[in-house]
Amino acid sequence: MTCLETPRCAALAAIGNTPLVELPRVTADGGARIFAKLEDQNPTGSVKDRVALSMIEVAEANGELEPGRRLLEPTSGNTGIALAMIGKVKGYPVTVVMPESSTPERIELLRMYGAEILFSPGNLGSNGAVAMARRLAEQDPGYYMPFQYANEANPAAHYCGTALEILDQIPGGQVDAFVAGLGTGGTLMGTGRRLREVNPEVQIVAAEPLQGDPVMGLRSLEDGYTPPILDIRELDRKVLVSNTESVLALRKLLDLEGIFAGVSAGAALAVARRVAAELDESQQVVVLFADGGSKYMSAGLFTEPIEELEKRMEERVWW
Amino acid sequence: MPPILRQAVGGAREVDANGATVRELLDDLTGRYPAIKGHLLDEGGELNRFVNVYVNNEDVRLGNGLDTSVDSESTVIVLPAMAGGSPT
Repeated sequence: MTCLETPRCAALAAIGNTPLVELPRVTADGGARIFAKLEDQNPTGSVKDRVALSMIEVAEANGELEPGRRLLEPTSGNTGIALAMIGKVKGYPVTVVMPESSTPERIELLRMYGAEILFSPGNLGSNGAVAMARRLAEQDPGYYMPFQYANEANPAAHYCGTALEILDQIPGGQVDAFVAGLGTGGTLMGTGRRLREVNPEVQIVAAEPLQGDPVMGLRSLEDGYTPPILDIRELDRKVLVSNTESVLALRKLLDLEGIFAGVSAGAALAVARRVAAELDESQQVVVLFADGGSKYMSAGLFTEPIEELEKRMEERVWW
Repeated sequence: MPPILRQAVGGAREVDANGATVRELLDDLTGRYPAIKGHLLDEGGELNRFVNVYVNNEDVRLGNGLDTSVDSESTVIVLPAMAGGSPT
């Protein structure tokens, strides 16, 4: 995996170098210490700034992306928001395809950055957005689709950035386990590869969303889609987390540590606590919080009774 | 069971099955609901590529696969493999 060194304007230079903070109050007694990488500190508020910038810079360097092309990407939000910001700075118009069930905050942010939004059926989840974007890209050569699910510049952003930052920030450079939410697999693959080069014994653990029945919809099993950049053999564990467990972990995080994080961060934290409880006090777990809570304010995740939330959450793709 | 497979098990969201491993459990299940076999297992009797099986929320593919032990307290979840979306 090669890492680019590209001169950047101020807004783009602010991507990455996010804080790593310890979470002493959510750590189980007797278990490993837990540290969180706060990716909401990126300019558009999520880890996807790293991925979008890496995909664009690599495509520019390869000559695949040149002025006059329009960026097109299937996303349920953050990647589109990141591409829209970077596209604006670099002069590329942006179209995103997203499930119609996405939160209003994300839609508003995309419009604010000037992106065109096309909606795919909500009950088909992110798979529906992927299928629709691929059809559009095939029909119109004016589109350049970075396609985060199959683009090696996605894990490279983490191999060249996130992982090196973690190794630099954590006490003693010691990482015994790394936990992140599973979406495209980019964070887990890229960060995992670098961490494993330093410590072959590190556990790379994925937190996977348990989607609600309405989201799973009526698709056939053969419609299932595994991102080409994801090689699950590079994971040590993959743990399913329900929407309710994610929200309960988010609330605990807010109550005990004062950190306001997004849904996938709640899932990742639930898994990190499980992993940390199985390790000892001399060991260290890093969990990556992909975004903050502000894009989920309208959903009432932090204030509504959990029983009322449960059914409503089943109808959307959250991460 | 995911929505798409429920018709094959009489519409049930949850079903009981017996066995000491995931393989035995699926054998028991497919014995009682033959229509589900082709969805879950390939011709070689291994887990179909687009199906994930979880025991107590852990994906068995990353552990002992179909030989993963189960007991009377275990919850086994069968899901279609799905890509996540953003924010991750």
